[in-house]
Amino acid sequence: MPVAPLAIRLSGVVKRYGAITAVDGLDLEVPEGTCIGLLGPNGAGKSTTMKMLTAQAIADEGEIEVLGLPLPGQSKAARAQCGVAPQLDNLDTTLTVEQNLVVFAFLYRIGRRDRKEAVERALALANLGDRRDTRVDKLSGGMRRRLLIARALVHRPRLVLLDEPTVGLDPQVRQELWALIDQLRAEGVSILMSTHYIEEAERLADRVTIMSHGKAVAEGPPHDLVREHAGTEALEVYGPQARLREVEGIAAAAGLRTRRTGTSVSLLRLADANGNLPDLDGERRPANLEDVFVLLTGEEIG
Amino acid sequence: MAAPDVSRPTRLGRLERPALLGVLVREVINFSSYWRSTTFSATVEPTIYLLAFGFGFGSLVSTIGGYRYVEFVGTGTVATAVLFSSAFAAMFGTFIKYQFQRTYDAILAAPVDTEELVTAEALWIAARAGTYGCVPMLVAIVFGLDPSWGMLLVPFFGFIAGFGWACFGICIAGKASSIENFNYVISACLTPLFLVAGTFFPLDQLPRWAQVLGEFNPLHHLVELVRGAAFGYDGWQDLGRLGVLVLFAFVTWRLAIRWMTAKLVD
Repeated sequence: MPVAPLAIRLSGVVKRYGAITAVDGLDLEVPEGTCIGLLGPNGAGKSTTMKMLTAQAIADEGEIEVLGLPLPGQSKAARAQCGVAPQLDNLDTTLTVEQNLVVFAFLYRIGRRDRKEAVERALALANLGDRRDTRVDKLSGGMRRRLLIARALVHRPRLVLLDEPTVGLDPQVRQELWALIDQLRAEGVSILMSTHYIEEAERLADRVTIMSHGKAVAEGPPHDLVREHAGTEALEVYGPQARLREVEGIAAAAGLRTRRTGTSVSLLRLADANGNLPDLDGERRPANLEDVFVLLTGEEIG
Repeated sequence: MAAPDVSRPTRLGRLERPALLGVLVREVINFSSYWRSTTFSATVEPTIYLLAFGFGFGSLVSTIGGYRYVEFVGTGTVATAVLFSSAFAAMFGTFIKYQFQRTYDAILAAPVDTEELVTAEALWIAARAGTYGCVPMLVAIVFGLDPSWGMLLVPFFGFIAGFGWACFGICIAGKASSIENFNYVISACLTPLFLVAGTFFPLDQLPRWAQVLGEFNPLHHLVELVRGAAFGYDGWQDLGRLGVLVLFAFVTWRLAIRWMTAKLVD
């Protein structure tokens, strides 16, 4: 059986900064035409991984291939077919929306005849056609992020790297961006998206790699991961702090793992109680990726 | 320029034209938003220098090294203008672009290497320095400096020296950990070089050791080349001066690439 070609392949990748090992033996595959979510808390190594994919960080060990090209040797040819939307906005703020796109049409070597059309298409994608002459520093946060993503798409890349595409945006703007990313996915563009928003990964990613301390701790389609690691249901119990501690004790006695979220305690993998589920007053809710993450790493994501 | 055939992976070369062009286009578009203020200061500053030194100091000293003082300063300040519009623009611009605006992160994610980025940035600054460097000479012509054919080479000298000073500035920005560090370079390096370049007074009045040091100052060679352009070249000696500027530009160029690569690629 032919193996699906990979847009990204990382194998045993290690990246150290002095005494800190930011990425510690990471294996990761992005089959062409899929959207892979890289999920983990801040400091898990997601951004470092993203930087290595454009050779802005060079791996100390391991192999990286992007669109079949080995890095860092052929990174430039790979970058020509990649679009990158970084976590930190690096638009030219004194230029207009259109000027920002024109600059990138040149940087990505779009021929003279196709340049105008490419810019128009990106403007339409970002839904900023009526703002083309607005300076970037006059745009709202959501518009800037849309422009940042559209700028990464101006040359119709085969692979798009999105580093925390919706971080710091309000829910409505986030939904707009999700629609944009979903549209890309429908067009068959390969996407690697890092995020620490569980819902984002669950909605957009075909498969998710959960990262912690520079390693992949689990990999699979979001729903399979949830079923495998967190079961189907969790019980969320609310109460004052003293009560929450008490609930944690009861759960532990019944052999259940728990997770604290400020005002509540979630009892995870209810099936583990084997019918001896403690009689607690709480809300049953479907298990989610966040539960998986806590079960696997003992840390919170958000 | 044709779009690359992306269906067939090719190993892309070094110092490619499309990559240089991309970085230059960004600078040119940016320039369209600030050229007025730059042109204003590039014109007003040398005028003030000429008025202050030419007429203030020139009333005490009528001729210097055989030239009228306004001619002496008018040609000398070409080098000052080149230095100011290249070294300073490169130091501050580079630092701001990688540290605060993160522009270089965006550019290096595109098919552009650090070598191309640094080269294109330096070419752009050099082109500006070569152009604006002529302004003091044009102002001096208004104040009585005689035009000559040799002056047509001044933009070229300004370009070569400007490229070297731009790369020098990029080197400094590549090594500096904060923008305050520039003060050390400006006070300890650029200011002395600027004063001991033969711009405002000839070096042959200075002690012997200062004259020897002056020969290591690229700015001094630029000053002498511009005077050569205005008053007649010195043959081999001026060719040697041009050689020094080319060498200066080459060494700082390679260093700037090396240090910026260390800064930009982890």
